[in-house]
Amino acid sequence: MAIKTIPPSRGPARTSGRDRAERKLAFRMTAPSLVIMALVAAVPIGYAIWLSLNQYSVRTAGLSRFVGLENYINALASQEWWAAFGQTFLFAGLSVSLELVLGTAMALLLNLAFKGRAVLRTVVLLPYAIITVVSAITWQTMFQPNMGLVTNVLSALGLPGGDVVWLGEHGYAMAVIVMADVWKTTPFAALIILAGLQVISAETYEAAELDGASKWQTFVNITLPLLRPAIVLAAIFRTMDALRVFDLPFVLTRGANGTESMSMLAYTQLRENRLVGEGSALSILTFLTVMVVSVIYVRFAGGNIREVAKEEQ
Amino acid sequence: MSTLTAERPTPELATAGKAPKRRLRGESKLHPLVWVFVVAVMAFSLIPFYWLVNTSLKKGASLSQGELFPSQPTLENYLVVFQNPEFLLALRNSVIIAVVTTTVALVFASFAAYALARLKMRRKAMILTLILSVTTFPAIAIAAPMFSIWREIGLYDTLLGLIIPKLTFALPLAIYTLTSFFKEIPRELEESAYMDGATPFVAFRKVILPLAVPGLATTAILVFISVWNEFLLAVTLTTSPEARPVPVAIAFFSGTSEFDQPLGTISAASVIITIPLVILVLVCQKRIVSGITAGAVKG
Repeated sequence: MAIKTIPPSRGPARTSGRDRAERKLAFRMTAPSLVIMALVAAVPIGYAIWLSLNQYSVRTAGLSRFVGLENYINALASQEWWAAFGQTFLFAGLSVSLELVLGTAMALLLNLAFKGRAVLRTVVLLPYAIITVVSAITWQTMFQPNMGLVTNVLSALGLPGGDVVWLGEHGYAMAVIVMADVWKTTPFAALIILAGLQVISAETYEAAELDGASKWQTFVNITLPLLRPAIVLAAIFRTMDALRVFDLPFVLTRGANGTESMSMLAYTQLRENRLVGEGSALSILTFLTVMVVSVIYVRFAGGNIREVAKEEQ
Repeated sequence: MSTLTAERPTPELATAGKAPKRRLRGESKLHPLVWVFVVAVMAFSLIPFYWLVNTSLKKGASLSQGELFPSQPTLENYLVVFQNPEFLLALRNSVIIAVVTTTVALVFASFAAYALARLKMRRKAMILTLILSVTTFPAIAIAAPMFSIWREIGLYDTLLGLIIPKLTFALPLAIYTLTSFFKEIPRELEESAYMDGATPFVAFRKVILPLAVPGLATTAILVFISVWNEFLLAVTLTTSPEARPVPVAIAFFSGTSEFDQPLGTISAASVIITIPLVILVLVCQKRIVSGITAGAVKG
């Protein structure tokens, strides 16, 4: 009953003066954050666009000339950009699909009531807190020739891969990077999917049980469709993150052997080769790529996100 | 929303009615195959940790042969790390950067999040979308121009020069998480404050903030972990040990000599900086879980 009387500001009897005061307060409370974000996000990106339209002398500081879209044209005509583009999407596709499948399985386990569930939850959460650089180093120790656990076990079992220099070969290097990412971030996907799982009511399952549905039928026909919004949300968060991948290839391969991501390529041009204009153009291209993917996601898969946005109004 | 709230029984009733049933269910035995799966997940999560610790305890032949159990475990790698002044500097830098960034982000975010969660506001959906979209920005698009700007105004390779751009991602993360926490606080409590003649701002300060302490703590943990973890800005905007935070210092540990593979020392350094995070997970796992899922469930 109390619900009908609150919030006071939304009651129909409120005067517009009260509304105006509230809007003013809301503006004042949000403004500082928005100003900071404009300064630390919008201004740099605007400046990056300007930098990307110029060419800067490597030898003489301050010497530059306006070249228009030349840096973009060169980048889009270069094999390096498209290689980095393809490798980034390959990495994102592989790691996000593994994370969603494993994350769903983990979430189903964590949703079961059994002794040791708390222990499982803690254990599963540990890799999430690890910094990415350490995750990279951990998997480097696992796959190091002779020293690594995986390489040694493979050798002992006579399986292929035991004598491979994993980080030194095309394909294998990507596999290690995907592993390091899956290990660290699957818990995140699992927790979001678990939250979706926990809002499915017990009655839904009881009804299915009464109808004589098997466990597998229940999972495919009831759990999965109801879980879709949570899985889509996890997919969006993870994809956006995976497309920005930088730490893992930086530590594990420095971008060698088919692992150079878009962010790494831009970084290399900027910091190692001191090509400010080219590097800026590449970082803007990376930015645009990620934005386009996020728009596509929200358009086609994220119906639930738009609903949430509508509710806010 | 409101109908949902109205239909929900009071918490006491709900637990009284359902707890015994749940417990009965919990005791039903798991299928053996499920146990296999539980063990597999645990192994996948833990074995890499074991191997990292294992590697950090080995030297020489024991290291290069990859012994499953170190035959002569040694703490020498750890001594090397702690005698390395650059590592200690990096630890100091990371603590300063993470604490300052988290504090600043939380202060500004708590204001913004209250307005977004509770107050009437024009273009609220647009502002929220905007804030959320900043979290998906690739850091390289910020790092590249910052690299040029900072070198011109002298903030390159300084702690302040790292804290400022790190706010780009810390602030929206804090706003997003806090907004969902503020929404969960029952409106009845503000209502009674309004009855007593409080203004919205007083209601925020005296009613909402104290109730939001768990949410603030959770948000602080998540922001802290993400700032501590951040690598791209850190590696682009620093060059000397005086400003380098831990992730960069560790990534460059191997750069000391081309021929030596100091995997033992790197592992030891990794273990050292992982221990506090493991403790954080053990102590605050409920908070971390609630923080990650705060924005995930609709409503």
